[in-house]
Amino acid sequence: MSGAPRSMAALTARRFARHRMAVAGALVLVALALSALAAPLVEVWLGIDANEVDLLARFEGRSAAHPLGADELGRDVLVRLLYGGRVSLFVALATALAAAVIGTVIGLVAGYYGRWADAVLMRVTDGVIALPILPLLIILAAVDMSKIPLVAALAETENASLYRIVLIITLVGWTTVARLVRGTALSLREREYVVAARGMGASGFRIMATHILPNTVSPIIVATTLSVGNVILFESVLSFLGLGIQPPIASWGNMLNNAQELIYEAPALAFYPGALIFLTVIAFNFLGDGLQDALDPKAVHG
Amino acid sequence: MKRYVAGRLLESLVVLALMSYLIYGLIGLMPGDPIDIMVQADPDLTPADAARLKALYGLDKPLHERYLNWLSAALGGDFGYSRVHNAPALDVLGPRLVNTLVLMGLSFVVSLAIALPIGIYSALRPYGARDYAINFAALAGISVPVFWLALMLIYLFAVAWGVLPAGGMQTIGVDSLADKALYLVLPVLTLSAASAGGFTRFVRASTMETMRQDYIRTARAKGLPERRVVLKHALRNALIPVVTIVALSFGSLFSGALITETMFSYRGMGKLIYDSIMGNDYNLALVGLLFATVLTLLANLAADVCYAWLDPRISYQGPA
Repeated sequence: MSGAPRSMAALTARRFARHRMAVAGALVLVALALSALAAPLVEVWLGIDANEVDLLARFEGRSAAHPLGADELGRDVLVRLLYGGRVSLFVALATALAAAVIGTVIGLVAGYYGRWADAVLMRVTDGVIALPILPLLIILAAVDMSKIPLVAALAETENASLYRIVLIITLVGWTTVARLVRGTALSLREREYVVAARGMGASGFRIMATHILPNTVSPIIVATTLSVGNVILFESVLSFLGLGIQPPIASWGNMLNNAQELIYEAPALAFYPGALIFLTVIAFNFLGDGLQDALDPKAVHG
Repeated sequence: MKRYVAGRLLESLVVLALMSYLIYGLIGLMPGDPIDIMVQADPDLTPADAARLKALYGLDKPLHERYLNWLSAALGGDFGYSRVHNAPALDVLGPRLVNTLVLMGLSFVVSLAIALPIGIYSALRPYGARDYAINFAALAGISVPVFWLALMLIYLFAVAWGVLPAGGMQTIGVDSLADKALYLVLPVLTLSAASAGGFTRFVRASTMETMRQDYIRTARAKGLPERRVVLKHALRNALIPVVTIVALSFGSLFSGALITETMFSYRGMGKLIYDSIMGNDYNLALVGLLFATVLTLLANLAADVCYAWLDPRISYQGPA
């Protein structure tokens, strides 16, 4: 115990900073995000377009014009990697956030109301958890969106493949958060301050929003951070299989579409996008680990 | 206990029934039905012919009616014909299922053989350089995209060094176990990476948790040698939750198997499901997905039952 009292945030930051790999993960992610944001600048600086096909430059090695070489259509690998990073990171964050929101609502309702609401929602959650996720995602990705009335409008847009991927991974991704939130809500609803609030006539919504939700923030943050890595893995494999993000939009997954056939000619093309996926996912996982230790000091440190 | 198992079994059946309806409906939403494909292949078919054919096969009926027709046939053992393989879908699936179980079984063995000793070692000497290195390696195993790992292994072992085959199941004309084993090395390695990483982290956490218990302190206090404390008192308890995690990981292992099989042209069920979805082979896709669901549900059921059986503190009556 050292002298002056510290604020909660300072304590948390200190615990986080002790977790060196988590700090490294955070730095890597900031660097990746900044370079993805800078993609148009690099494009201008190199004087090339991300989707510009240049058959004379096919499989070109590293050069001043193409710092990481060119792909099978002569497109610049570096610029496409940066744009791919935008897509992969956007999809991952959007999906993880959407899944967190859905999971939180379901978890709160199940945990706070209990009884049949809990029974029904948790059976659904268990059911989703019990499914073979990837085959299900593949079939969801293969569905013709224009045949479904509600989302048919989305299917018309230029970025349809992007929205679709966010939508379908969200559909299966909310379960972890739902279970965590439900567990916390279940234990909190019998606490004196919640009982007191109920006694004063607070509505269920008010109790959930102002008394229970704030206490579930830590597990939600941790679970969401850890889920980002998973989302990136799912997005990349679907895009790799040709079912996710559709060209010409570049994503790290679909840049590997032809990698297997080209592995004899151009192994470097297979290396870069996958290495970036790997780096991003491991960084998110370390970040999640560190946040867990920092935000949940009651848990014994692992 | 019996009541608990029966209840869980019933629950799994409900999930399965709902899933079969969902999958059936989703497959109906995929682009092009069998008649559309016939129309594309044969320019002489008029729209009127197509409509008549759809009526003949009942494709113009509402979804739930078609589903019930399919279900009653399926319950009688008739899962329809595979369009691509020209054989009953079940017959196509059988041998593929065996191949997949071989691949997954070997991966379970390999990843546990890695995870158990390393996870326990790590837990007994926590917070050292080796513990951090192990944690890093385990997290790397979880984080690596399976298809990219496969690509890199193919590049290194098949292209650059040329010591292992890049894909397939056996050398044509050679029919020996040793040859088949050679073709299994890379797929098993690929599939084991993620589960080995996950299991290692779990074994470590579970063992550390156990080592903090009072009965471990008691065992030490009465002067037992550390070896005996760990082997006799700690591990038995630490490994109970591991059994559950191993069974629960079946679903994600199957997802991994689908990718691995596709990458290595391994003729398993995962690749079959993928190929049949991509090739509009609806009956086969349906059966494949249902089998995958059944297997995953069974594994989850096994996890719960094992846990209840191994740990007498769990109540079978459900939450009070």
